Amino acid sequence: MLSRTQRLLAAWLAAGAVGFAIAPWYALPDSLLALRWLRDPFARDQAPALVQALVHERTWLAWGALVIAAACPLLARRHAQRLPAGMLLALGIVGLGWLFGQGFAITTGPSGQPGMGLGAVIVGCTFAAFIAFGLAARGAFRGDLFVAGGVVAVTGLVALFTFFPVVKVLLSAVEDHAGAYSAAAFVERFTTAKIWGVGCLAGASRCGVAWNTLLLAMLTATGCTVLGLAFALIVTRTAFPFKRALRMLATLPVITPPFVIGLGLILLFGRSGLVNQVLEWTFGIEPARWIYGLQGILVAQIFAFTPIAFLVLVGVVDGVSPTLEEAAQTLRADRWRTFRDVSLPLMYPGLANAFLISFIESIADFGNPILLGGNFGVLSTEIFFSVVGAQLDSGRAATLGIVLLGFALAAFVAQRAVLAGKSYTSMAGKGDAGLPTPLPACVRRVAYAVAWPWALVTVTLYAMALAGGFVENWGRDYTFTLKHYIKAFGLEWGPNGLLWAGAAWSSFWTTLSLSAIAAPLTAALGLLTAYLLTRQRFAGQTAFEFGTMLSFAIPGTVIGVSYILAFNAPPIELTGTAIILIACNVFRNMPVGVRAGVAALSQVDRGLDEASSTLGARGLTTLRRVLLPLLKPAVVAALVYSFVRAMTTVSAVIFLVSAQYEWATTYIINRVVNGDYGVAIAYSSVLIVLMAAVIALIQWAVGERRLGRRATGVTGVGSLGAGAA
Amino acid sequence: MSAADIELVAVSKRYGEVAAVRDLALTVPRGTLTTLLGPSGCGKTTVLRLIAGLELPSGGTIRIGGRDVSHIPASDRDVGMVFQSYALFPHMSVRENVRYGLDVARVARDVAAARAVAALAQVGLADYGDRLPSQLSGGQQQRVALARALVLEPAVLLFDEPLSNLDARLRRQMRDEIRELQQRLSLTVVYVTHDQAEAMAVSDHVVVMNRGAIAQSGTPRELYDTPRDAFVASFMGDANLVGGTLARRDATHGLLTLGEWTLAVPHRGLPDGAVAVSIRPEAVSVGTDPALPLRGTVRKAAFVGAAIEYTVDTPLGEIFAVTPDTGAAHAPGTAVRLAITPRGIALLPAASSA
Repeated sequence: MLSRTQRLLAAWLAAGAVGFAIAPWYALPDSLLALRWLRDPFARDQAPALVQALVHERTWLAWGALVIAAACPLLARRHAQRLPAGMLLALGIVGLGWLFGQGFAITTGPSGQPGMGLGAVIVGCTFAAFIAFGLAARGAFRGDLFVAGGVVAVTGLVALFTFFPVVKVLLSAVEDHAGAYSAAAFVERFTTAKIWGVGCLAGASRCGVAWNTLLLAMLTATGCTVLGLAFALIVTRTAFPFKRALRMLATLPVITPPFVIGLGLILLFGRSGLVNQVLEWTFGIEPARWIYGLQGILVAQIFAFTPIAFLVLVGVVDGVSPTLEEAAQTLRADRWRTFRDVSLPLMYPGLANAFLISFIESIADFGNPILLGGNFGVLSTEIFFSVVGAQLDSGRAATLGIVLLGFALAAFVAQRAVLAGKSYTSMAGKGDAGLPTPLPACVRRVAYAVAWPWALVTVTLYAMALAGGFVENWGRDYTFTLKHYIKAFGLEWGPNGLLWAGAAWSSFWTTLSLSAIAAPLTAALGLLTAYLLTRQRFAGQTAFEFGTMLSFAIPGTVIGVSYILAFNAPPIELTGTAIILIACNVFRNMPVGVRAGVAALSQVDRGLDEASSTLGARGLTTLRRVLLPLLKPAVVAALVYSFVRAMTTVSAVIFLVSAQYEWATTYIINRVVNGDYGVAIAYSSVLIVLMAAVIALIQWAVGERRLGRRATGVTGVGSLGAGAA
Repeated sequence: MSAADIELVAVSKRYGEVAAVRDLALTVPRGTLTTLLGPSGCGKTTVLRLIAGLELPSGGTIRIGGRDVSHIPASDRDVGMVFQSYALFPHMSVRENVRYGLDVARVARDVAAARAVAALAQVGLADYGDRLPSQLSGGQQQRVALARALVLEPAVLLFDEPLSNLDARLRRQMRDEIRELQQRLSLTVVYVTHDQAEAMAVSDHVVVMNRGAIAQSGTPRELYDTPRDAFVASFMGDANLVGGTLARRDATHGLLTLGEWTLAVPHRGLPDGAVAVSIRPEAVSVGTDPALPLRGTVRKAAFVGAAIEYTVDTPLGEIFAVTPDTGAAHAPGTAVRLAITPRGIALLPAASSA
């Protein structure tokens, strides 16, 4: 009779045996699900490890079987009470070491191995499970196997899909063209004037891309913070009549592909844009290309990211205790003094946070610079151009990536420091009965003066972007037409039934299905991590938290480059597959799920977990039966966000798409770059409408949590937008 | 599982550098109710959580019913716990809350349902099964929490300040119900509170804790009448702490001199000389009769309904006295005489030796 733990271990051993002896060990050239490998299951590149070792002379694979076999005696009765921890840990580490060691060591030559496949993945999971069993047996995580497994799984996945690629980028940057490591190569690449040149100050045409990026980010962040503050003040401190509409407007960018604003700007101010045409028609002014370059990106980014700053600052302004303002007034301060001496200083940490978030958004942005950049290069677009096109210089891409990563991490660290030092939040936990002091008249006037034009232009931009899909040829022929929609999404009845004739369908279905696969994975991984972070205490927790949040700070272009560098060759060969697109989205968006989960879990009394525990429930049962039902809003938020972000992402996936797996956003960008605005606009409009529908659907499907008292509603959506980079 | 005894041997719990519990030894006999009493931060809740398995000890051994459970998590310990916040699962009905432990243990559906009904009946909430916890009053939620813990018939039942969220009247009623239930079912109970009156009312044994260690343990009367030191004396009700002089007379008693007054008291093994003495305020009577042994001057007098509270300056120092309401109070400034019932006087061995 096996104990409960032993039965679980037996299941893992069985899985390991299947992975070793039955599943194809290597990655197959075509899909696993096509089942073509079943026709000749023992062929050289399709056979399981067992056959590889016996027949195909890849004898080193046999060691894996030994490690699995060595764990079998643990099922004996004398281990029923407690499994030997040291042995399990050793087996797991040896097994993983063997798996990756042989994978990286033996890639070329006559016995060279293709990338790892299903069998290797299963066996790898089995070894990781050994480690989890070993940790639990040692008493780590209070002996809770589920928690141990969770920590091992999250750590392993983050190591593989975040750390390994980043390390790969660092290594590529110091690799010279011959493939040898050379510090000189890195220094040469790193110090080039293309990155750090300051020629523009001396009258030359342009500066280095690093300075360009920083300048743009500073301007964008300043603009977004000022505008965000204006809106936050209007919404919380004035009798502005359209507050709801303003909040709606603010959440729009969340469901919009990031370049839609840029597209709208082109339609409005571009060479054949409305404004230029009116100017030419009325005053005979020659259309200019002024929208392309720094000013164009700046305007687009300010429009795109102000809502994010706004969402951060609404909370900050709300958090300023009215009592303090009332106290200032009883001390004879007028409204302006109160605002200047009390309210504003209390908002400084929040303003700094909003600034840094906008800064991070700006340097990570890819869509707007690529559409509007013209000759003004920034790091994210330069990275892209070093990898695609004529240059194909991965060393240069990696170096630029390191610079961008350095900026992003510096801002990320600064942001965390600002948040950690947020000493004077005035939410004292005591009921604040006071009324917020109305704004001083001058501040109110300024806020209105900024907000109205902004709102008008935003609406116009979106209207433009939607309307553009229905006209014959923007700038020349404004006849109403559906031809762009038909071209993109046409359906025809062919001889074999329905024909997906539209050009966009392929990328559309790919994006939709891969995002739909990625979203629940992201949410599950994020919430599991949040649970481990908030509900468990274990050694190394801070490092664990940092690791899981790290991918949040890494700009998408860097992720894209790093994935190409890391997963382009055996043993982990994923480029061109759907898996790499899913993995990229899951690990980029995971921090959103973590944040949603952490925020929600910190509102659930720990006593509930403890009560569940004293009633006999272990970690998994508590999570499933007590916490998850209470976390429904966080689940919704995580699902919605991971799905929407996957659907609208550009920067990382643009490196990873292939002919077979094209992403909607990259397809649209390619259309824009080719001047095919009609289809691009039609496609974007469909995406925006679809996103809105999906959000509504998910919220409806997951439903409200049942608490009896007031309906709690979906929290995350507003506040999370702030974190979505 | 029937009730079991609990034994803690040299248990300690450290959080980094901070020792929350130091080298603690404690035995809770089967079928009794033991209270852990102390100011906040004294480690009483930590001890309770160590017994529950919500924290694992940094050192020492914990046995429940003779079984070493030191490193067994709460889910495998056969303990029930009632939390200060009740910790009722807000998304489950009252019945689902009570059934939860049975469901986790995979008890057959019909059996679980019957036992849940019985447990709810036991706490007088048979008709409330379909409500959500948020639809119940504080006292009712408390009972649901109790039923939820009881339904598993745990070897040990733990209460963490269970009454602190209730109003005064309900608190008295609930504490009587808990005591009644404990005695009827012969449960082994450990009960944490910072309210000394509550502790004395419900307990067979009281363990007073201070700074992560046991200050004194015993029956409520032992602790009240013969506190070991100033901390216990002033924590178990009010106490006037004064100095006196002891002269031994025989094996058990000695003569205690308090100012001009000398009386016979149990010497509690103390040597002759200066001793620390605790005087209970209600043992002090205030009058004008010159035959009363101690002189004093009233500084403050407060009428509080059932009693009059005096602060009196005496040669021994300031004495706080609570006397039954006997009509008019002595006004501040009045010269009075004090008498003290010997029962209310205790020598403090630990404080005196220090």
